[in-house]
This record gives sequence, C-alpha cells and structure tokens, in this order.
Amino acid sequence: MSALLQVRELDARHGLLQAVRQVSFELAEGETLALVGANGAGKSTLLRAIAGAHRAAAGRIVFDGHDITAMAAHRRVKAGIALVPEGRRLFPNLTVEENLRVAEASGRGGGWSVEAVFEVFPLIAPLRRKRAATLSGGEQQATAIGRALMTNPRLLLLDELSLGLAPVVVEAVYRSILDLIEGGTTIVLVEQDLARAMSVADRVACMLEGRFVLEGSRGELTREQVTEAYFGLRRQEATA
Amino acid sequence: MTDTAVAPPAPRFRVQRWTPVSVLFTGGLSGVVVALAFAPVVLGENSQNNLIQLYFLVIMAMMWNALAGYGGMVSVGQQGFIGIGAYAAVFLSVQHGLNPYLSMLLATLIGGAIAVPVAAVVLWLRNGAFAIATWVVAEVFAILVSLDPNPAIGGGTGTSALLPFTLRYTPEQRLHYTYWASLGAVAVLLLLLFVLLRSRLGGSLQAIRDDEEAAASVGVRVLLGKGILFVVAGAGCAAAGTIILAWQLSVLPLGPDSVFGINWTARMIFMVLVGGLGTFEGPIIGAVVLYLLQTYVSISGVWYFVMLGGVAIGFALLMPRGIWGTIQERFNVQLLPVGYRLRSGD
Amino acid sequence: MTWVAAVVHGILLGGFYALLASGLALMFGVMRIINLAHGSLALIGAYMAFLLTEHLHISTYLALAPVLPGALVVGYLLQRTMLERSLRAGELVPLLTTFGLLIVIANLLQQFFSPDVHSLDAGSIGPASWHVSSELSIPWFDVLTLAIAFTVLGGLQLVLRFTQLGRELRATAEDADTAELVGVNARAVYARATAIAVAIAALAGVFYGMRSAFDPNAGANELLYAFEAVVIGGMGSLWGTLGGGIALAVSQEIGAQINQEYFALGGHLVFLAVLVARSAASAPRIRYALRRFA
Repeated sequence: MSALLQVRELDARHGLLQAVRQVSFELAEGETLALVGANGAGKSTLLRAIAGAHRAAAGRIVFDGHDITAMAAHRRVKAGIALVPEGRRLFPNLTVEENLRVAEASGRGGGWSVEAVFEVFPLIAPLRRKRAATLSGGEQQATAIGRALMTNPRLLLLDELSLGLAPVVVEAVYRSILDLIEGGTTIVLVEQDLARAMSVADRVACMLEGRFVLEGSRGELTREQVTEAYFGLRRQEATA
Repeated sequence: MTDTAVAPPAPRFRVQRWTPVSVLFTGGLSGVVVALAFAPVVLGENSQNNLIQLYFLVIMAMMWNALAGYGGMVSVGQQGFIGIGAYAAVFLSVQHGLNPYLSMLLATLIGGAIAVPVAAVVLWLRNGAFAIATWVVAEVFAILVSLDPNPAIGGGTGTSALLPFTLRYTPEQRLHYTYWASLGAVAVLLLLLFVLLRSRLGGSLQAIRDDEEAAASVGVRVLLGKGILFVVAGAGCAAAGTIILAWQLSVLPLGPDSVFGINWTARMIFMVLVGGLGTFEGPIIGAVVLYLLQTYVSISGVWYFVMLGGVAIGFALLMPRGIWGTIQERFNVQLLPVGYRLRSGD
Repeated sequence: MTWVAAVVHGILLGGFYALLASGLALMFGVMRIINLAHGSLALIGAYMAFLLTEHLHISTYLALAPVLPGALVVGYLLQRTMLERSLRAGELVPLLTTFGLLIVIANLLQQFFSPDVHSLDAGSIGPASWHVSSELSIPWFDVLTLAIAFTVLGGLQLVLRFTQLGRELRATAEDADTAELVGVNARAVYARATAIAVAIAALAGVFYGMRSAFDPNAGANELLYAFEAVVIGGMGSLWGTLGGGIALAVSQEIGAQINQEYFALGGHLVFLAVLVARSAASAPRIRYALRRFA
C-alpha cells in the first residue's frame, strides 16, 4: 500500500528563521500521526506547509501520488487535504452554519453535510445561527473541525485542538472525533498533551527546532523516551 | 561557586551612523547646492526657470514622501496647502503691501499653522477615509477661495501677484531672487527632514510604520509623530505654492490644473513612486525624472498624462520600491545617513 | 415649502450617489481597495452606451444589455491583471495604481472622444415629473434612479447573505488565508467582486449620462461625492452607503438653498462634521466621559 502522504526533505522558513528543517516522513491511508514538541518546534509550520498555507523553501510534498509542492492551498483542499488551523480561525461575523457552508467551495463530493456535522457535534447544533465570534472556545473548536470536515477530506490536519480550552472541553472534543480517528480518516494531529497524543495516535513523531528527533509507532515508544526527545535530552535522527 | 560577579563581556559591536559613502555623498550634495546657488550668474533665463520648476517639484515630492513613505499617510489633498501658500502670499503682498518674498516666507508659516486644525480633523482617520478627507479639505479651501469677495483674491477668476513684484524688482531681479528663494527653500526643507529623521522622531516613525499599536504600547506618541509630519508637509507644500506664484505670477483656484488642482497630487504620486517610497533619496530622484520628462519630452498634453499614469502603474506593479528603493535593496547602499548600521569589532 | 423641496430633491439625488457609490463600497468592503478610477470606469460605461445608441439607434436602456456584461468582463480582467498585484505589493499600492488608471482613462477618453459634450436619451420618462405643488416637482427619472439604487443595494445584500458566492465573499473579506484553507479561491472571489463593482459603476455611468451632459472630464465632482457617501456611510456598509448618499445630497441641497454657490460646500462641511463627531465619539477620553455622565 503506497503512502497517501509523502513528505521529503521539507524546508520551511519564517523570514530568515528556519522553522522546518529537512523533514521527511510518510503516512499511509488511515493512519493517525501525532506531532509533539515544544512551542516553536515547527509543528504548526509543518502542518501549514502541507496544507499550502505556508510556502515550502525546499523539498517535496506528494499526496496521493501527485506532487503538490507548488499547488495553491485551495486546490489542495479540492484534492482532499483539510487543515483545522491553530486558534480555530473561524470567520467571526459569519454564523456557525455559514462557516460550515463556506467550505462547500471545495466542491468535493462525499458524506459530510451540515446535518452530519451537527450529528457529530450536537453541542453546536442549536447554535447554527449564532455569529462565530460569540461562541465559546469549545464551540469554536467543534465548528472549526466541522468546517474542515465539510470539505470531505482524505487527509485531516488538526493543529493544537486543545489550545486554550478547559480539560473538560478538550475531552468532549476528542470524544466527538474518536470515531473519525478510529474510523479510517488519515490524520496528522499536533498535540501538546503527550498522554492524549500517545493514546489516540498510531504513530508519534517528536519535533525539536524544526527536525524530527524521534519517530515510532505507539507500541514502540515509551513516554520517557518521548519526554526526553521533547526536551532535547536525547537526539535520534529520524529515518526517511 | 565563586562570589565574584561576572563582568559583562567587552562590547564587540558599535552603532555607526555615518559611513564613508554617506559622508562623501552628503558632502557632495552640499557642494551641489552651493554650486547651484551660482546658477543665476552663470546660466541663462531659461535654465533658471527650468530649475525653479525642478525645485518646487523636489519640495512637493519630499513632502508627499514624508507623509506617505515615513508616516504611512496617503494624502490626496496636499494641493490644498499648495493653494493656501500661493493665495496667502498674494493676500499679504497685494492686500497688505508686504515685500513679496517676505510674504512667501509668512505664507509658508501660515500653511503650517493651518495644517494644525486640519490634522485635528483628519489624523484620526485610517487609509481610505484619510485620503478622501484630505481631498475634501483641499476642495473646501478651493471653494472658499473662489467664493471670497476680496478683489485681491479675485474669486473664481483667479488673481495675480504681478504688481507687488514689478513695483520693486526688474524681471531679471525677480528671476534671480525667486531662484535663490526656491533653492533656499529646498535646502532648508531637506535639512529639516534630514534632522527630523535622524532624531528620535525618525525612529518612532519607523516603528509606527511597522506596527502602530505595538509602537503605541511602548510609549511612542503616534499622533504627535504623525502630526509633526503633517504640519511640516503642510508648510512645505505651502512653500511650493508660493514658489509657483512667484514663478508664474497668476493663479486660479478651481480646475485640475489650478493651484488647488488634483494634478499636483498626480505629479507627487508619480515622483515618489518612481523615485522610491519611504527612502530619503527617492523623491529627489523622482522629481528629477519628472522634470526631465517635462522639459525634454515634448508630447501633446493628453498623451503626456497617459504616459505619466501608465508609468506610475508600471512602477507600482513592477518596481514598487521605486528606482532608489530597488537600488538600496540590491546593493545595501545608503547615501544620506538617516539610518543606523551595526558594526562588529573595532 | 422650498426647504421641503430641497430635502426631497436631496433624497432623490442621494439615490444617484448611492448607485455610483455602491461599487466603491463593495470593493472596499471585500478587498479594502479604494478604487480612485471608479468614476472613470463609470464614464466608460456612459461612452459605450453612447456609441451603441448612436450607431445602432437603440434606446439607452436596451444599450445596457451589452454594456453591463462587458463591464463585468472588464472588472474581472482589471482585478486579475492590475489590482491583484497591487494588493500583494502593499496596502498603499492600490491607491496609487487606481490613481494612475484614473489619469490614463480620463486622458484616453479625451483623445478618442474629443472634449465635446454628449448626453444619453432617458426615453419618455426623461422630462416627466410629478407636480406635487407649485414649489415641489418630482422628476420621475430621479425616482427611477432611486429605485434602481435600492434594487442594486438590495440585490447585493441578498447575494451576500444567501448565496455561496456571498458567503465566500464575506469569508474572504474577513480572512483570506483561512478562506483558502477551506477551498475558496480568493483570487477568483476578488475578481468576481471587482467585476460586479465595475458593472454597477457602468450602470451608474449610464444613468449619469441620462441625467446630465458629460464630457471626458465629467464626473470628477460626482466621484468625490460618491467617496464621501461611502465614508459617511461607514466604509463598506452597503445600506450605510445609501444613508450616506442621502445625507450628503440633502446637505448639498440645503446648502444650495442658503446660497446657490454653497452646494458642494454644504456637503463637504457635513462630511467633515460627521468625521469629527465620529472620531470624537470613539476617542477614549470622550467615551469615558460619556459613560460617566450619560
């Protein structure tokens, strides 16, 4: 089974700062990869580069056999990649329903619809006509994920779902998407909470200063190993 | 563990303001200004007239750049101050019989003074609203002047400063004195801007341009900084207006080519864009370009403006940093030392 | 009674300003672009209609049929070629390129159409008016203009609120990067917005041609009034533009009542007063004072 997503020696910069250095990895269809690492390690930038929101300085991204390195973000969405951005980034003056329906711009057929999203996130169903700016953190997160789902993605990129949310709310959000995660959608998720990351993902990769310093499947790695890699106490070069 | 304090490392960097290149250039520029002062002695009437035009173009370009390039304020109404300068000079010399050159100086100050209440009205506005508001203010000035019943002002049919000049000076003297007055105005305004930009204000302006909120949060007095620029630009444009008056003697208040006309802004935008927005040297270069086009490219009125507009668009799209901005970026050169350079070692 | 006439005529005139201004408001609301060439584009609409009516001998209203779609295309191309790059180059640049465009268009029109004055035939509705009283007479054409303005603004609102294009427009206006991330082609959205804006400008231009004679330099004043309407109305709010246009026109007519020469001045002074009041009301010290004492 060839990989759905192949990232080869990807470089991404913020001005002069190198945020992602020579990152390479593969993701098979249906796998869930958790990216962990301290703030500034490059996780969000990597996700944004895959989604097309950030231009790659060097390297290749191959999705479903096609080289998408130079492809514009909205065309990657049409190809099946969806990013739930860090901080949610809803359209503040549009209602929940309008936020979801904007994503119909992707034009991809599939099972997801406004009603289907409300079934997965019953929490926001009664809020469909509320302006997104007035929602609570958890409601915004649910809407943001729903908005990404409306594009019927094959690859879902989740950036820091738990950012700024109370533990109870994070728990609820993860419970809602458990089916998604276990059901075969290919997911890359960035998560600060190590325990949750390791419980939810098939594979874990730890980033430090833009590089993959540790990578392995759930069973292979211990928490101690990941913690050490997280803080840069032990370095192991990632294998392509 | 010891108890002795650790001494800070000996400084390995120093901040430098003047580079050999900038010393050379500034010296050279000053020399050029001095040399130009001798022009009336050496050059003929035509050349002097042409140079006067160059000087007021340089002033206008510098002032518009000060507003837009350094202050981030796009004004489409500086022609209002040009007109005020011209008409104030007329009023003082024709109505009150003051020496025309003294009137020009006072008119410049009046322009600056009027800029203060105007700033109070428009400075709070952002980009688009600010631009429109400045245009409206200029229109208001034009209308008020055209409605003024005072015969010295002449209302809608315009007025002339012929009398104050001819009573005192021969045409040759008028040309010489106007030449020196305009060269002097350029030198003074250049120096004023130079000093301002090297001062704390210069640093604040850069901060304001980069991020107004962040600048305000570290104590930069945003409105004060912008206000100073606006007043200086008002005075500078008024000075340009007085020079135009001294040069062409008769002025009209209404119409795109009048002393309150929108075409002045068209020229300012052209000069600054072509020369390099936000650089010190850029507007001067842009003014020279426009001056050369004006003087040596003789095409009919309509096509001339089409060319102007087309060149402006071309530069905005292809060379948005202008001639000087692009050179500066490419070669990291700065001729006039308004910035800072960090040097390591001794 | 003449004051009433002034207000009524102001409301009607405000309808025309709003029509001219709605394209401006749309472009500003979606892209934060101030299109200084808007009036010139409107004038092109008038000249195109003129050519069609002159050579094909059709009514002005029928001439709209080819002119409007043509304007859509022109607007789309304008965005994709010039304005898109201007936007990327910086916030100030669109102001500069549209200014250049204004100069180019005005002078090209002068070159190809001579400085002669032309006007468009408004049909039988042109001279008709409703004589309410000896001092108040309401021209039906002005009522038509106001009705068209309402329709256009209303139509735009409907599109923005209920269609996919409208949702994409609003989303892109708020956050173009994130819109791209959910599949919206921001550049195509912008191009469609400009296309609509230029089509509305052309429509306004044709109506301008029917209400007054025009030459290549015409409309400079009306353009300024349209800008004032947009600013008074709140920069990008569609219904606000209508309100702004009416407020401005009424001020102008009242100014003219006081003294014929005060027409434009009346509008300008009210414009500046509104701006000052708005700035003052939002200044922190004054807001604080208002809260304590109001």
